[in-house]
Amino acid sequence: MKTRIGIPRALAYFAYYPFWKGFFQSLQVEMVLSSETSKGLLDLGVKEAVADACVPIKLFHGHVLDLQDKVDYIFLPRLISVNGEQSVTFCPKFLGLPDLIKASLTDLPPIIDEKIDLKKGPVELFYICTRIGRKLGQGSWKVWKAYRKGQSLQKEFERLIRDGQITPMEAIDVLEGRSTEQNQQEYKFAFAVLGFPYTINDRFISVDLVKKLRKLGVKVLTPEMVSKEKLSAQAKKLPKNLFWYFSNQVMRAALYFIDEAKVDGIIHITAFGCGPDAMVDKMIELEAKAKEKIPFMTITIDEHTGEAGIVTRIEAFVDMLKLRRGLI
Amino acid sequence: MKITFPYMGTSHITFKYLIESLGHQAIVPPKPSKKTLSLGTQNSPEFSCLPFKILLGSYLEAIEQGAELIITSGGKGPCRAGYYGILHQKLLEGMGHSTRILIFESPFQNLFDFLGKIKSIIAPNKVGWLEFWGHYKRAWRKMQIIDETEALTYEIRPLECNKGETTKVFNRCLDLIDKAETVAEMESAREQSLRLLREIPVDNQRKPLKIGIIGEIYVVLEPFANLDIQVTLGEMGVNTDRSIYLTDWTKENTAFNGQRDIKKFAQPYLNEMIGGHGINSIGETVRYAQRGFHGVVQLAPFTCIPEIVAKGILNKVSQDLNIPVMTVFLDEQTGKAGLQTRLEAFVDLLNHKRQRMEDIAI
Repeated sequence: MKTRIGIPRALAYFAYYPFWKGFFQSLQVEMVLSSETSKGLLDLGVKEAVADACVPIKLFHGHVLDLQDKVDYIFLPRLISVNGEQSVTFCPKFLGLPDLIKASLTDLPPIIDEKIDLKKGPVELFYICTRIGRKLGQGSWKVWKAYRKGQSLQKEFERLIRDGQITPMEAIDVLEGRSTEQNQQEYKFAFAVLGFPYTINDRFISVDLVKKLRKLGVKVLTPEMVSKEKLSAQAKKLPKNLFWYFSNQVMRAALYFIDEAKVDGIIHITAFGCGPDAMVDKMIELEAKAKEKIPFMTITIDEHTGEAGIVTRIEAFVDMLKLRRGLI
Repeated sequence: MKITFPYMGTSHITFKYLIESLGHQAIVPPKPSKKTLSLGTQNSPEFSCLPFKILLGSYLEAIEQGAELIITSGGKGPCRAGYYGILHQKLLEGMGHSTRILIFESPFQNLFDFLGKIKSIIAPNKVGWLEFWGHYKRAWRKMQIIDETEALTYEIRPLECNKGETTKVFNRCLDLIDKAETVAEMESAREQSLRLLREIPVDNQRKPLKIGIIGEIYVVLEPFANLDIQVTLGEMGVNTDRSIYLTDWTKENTAFNGQRDIKKFAQPYLNEMIGGHGINSIGETVRYAQRGFHGVVQLAPFTCIPEIVAKGILNKVSQDLNIPVMTVFLDEQTGKAGLQTRLEAFVDLLNHKRQRMEDIAI
């Protein structure tokens, strides 16, 4: 029987899934994804996780529990650095995630919690892959091929998002042949929808905000849709890098959308109690106000978020823009 | 120049001393109060942590008193505190204040930047580097003396015969130490303070519970933020041991090798630095369990990320090592009466547990 490796459909899944998909498939390892987020999964997570954690972390507990009896390993790498930038790491909840999971959940299959710290050197990712491969009984040559496969798939995934201006979930659908690339609708406005990949793209906790905005005639732009070069170019506008990789992406994307892309509005999606966002949210607000007077709205999501409330708010936001432009 | 600084516990005595010996005028922010907090809360992001709000409030109060420069520390994360200075500066600018915030980053990160900033403070009054070093060393000694005195109060308070006496005497000690200028005066203030504290009438028959205090540094050190938890516990007859002192004198005095040991203690539960005092909270709890403490109280600001992770893991530490842990998340809504009730319940529980263990032993 093939080894089954479980990947929770949460947190880093939304940013790095294609790499691991390419890697594990090429190694002939069976990959099991947890079910898509649902009320049931969320409730499971909320019950087990530490009460003060943010909803994505609680959800992650739910996804791990969903995999509990279905797999031989749970894949839960510890993300420390993904681009080698000095003094940039991840939110402490990511850094301590494997420990948090082990402390709050019992009877789990073995966890693969390899450290991903690409500050160590340019070939570090390959070493990490070798170590994971060894655990699964695979030789170096096979791992090398799998590593290359993963990289090319990840590259393709990022290209699809950038060129097609589609969300990561849509890009995964394209990669897996479930749909063809299309986002040709005519839009009246372009909004920057800022937030972490795992808050915007989880259709359940974000109450499928992206689709709802598009229905209202709004073109949705997220940080993933901006090229890496353009994002890095924004870094010098800040006195000091933020400490958290995803927050840096959000903040830089905000600066790009405000200064260069000239969007019509900005919506920041943040999870209740998110530590980094407490800072980032204020900084985006100040930026949006100071430079271009771009309308800005924050949507806070948590385990009690209701669809109707959010819909009302985005409708009001869009209506306000239309009023401003004299469209109604 | 009129210089102010973050208000935290008893450290203002030292900072004031250092700034004045460098020839500047020190603006000591008023002790944080309801007014400070409400000023800070009004102008801070909603989900920023309690220390952020108190500090902003106290900067605003210091600015009212004419402060021209705020000196604070930076940090390399991933705790949010490393970004405080920058955001505080932006918020102050937004409110129309021209006061500058000078942020000291770790000298290990950029030595020249660090030295340059010191120079910008000492140069205007023609203080040389050697002279500065002397002032710095004296200030450090002062802080050590304050910490040593404070640590003693937590041992004496649970035994005091007249409730509240230790606090009164301690305030007198702080005055004494505050007035000491030279090293000789400081040493004599130290001896006098320790003597005054030891002269407090105590009841040695009592066997106080021992509780370790862990958590995020600001709320652990600043009584206003933690609703005076150590004094409250002390007056309930509990001996508290605080894991954090600014000078860490306890660690030097107990042949305890600081940070590295803490990591070793925490390692079975948490194998990564998660910023702030997250790993310390785990490591210290393990150490308190080994030292035979009866319980641990974890203090953290609401939404503090490292401490949330620590709390999740502490559940397991607590089960494994059989040491009760109570977590208190503090924010601008936390009320003293509520905390008092929770503490009483916790202390009752610990007393019962101790009684049961003793019964079994007999």
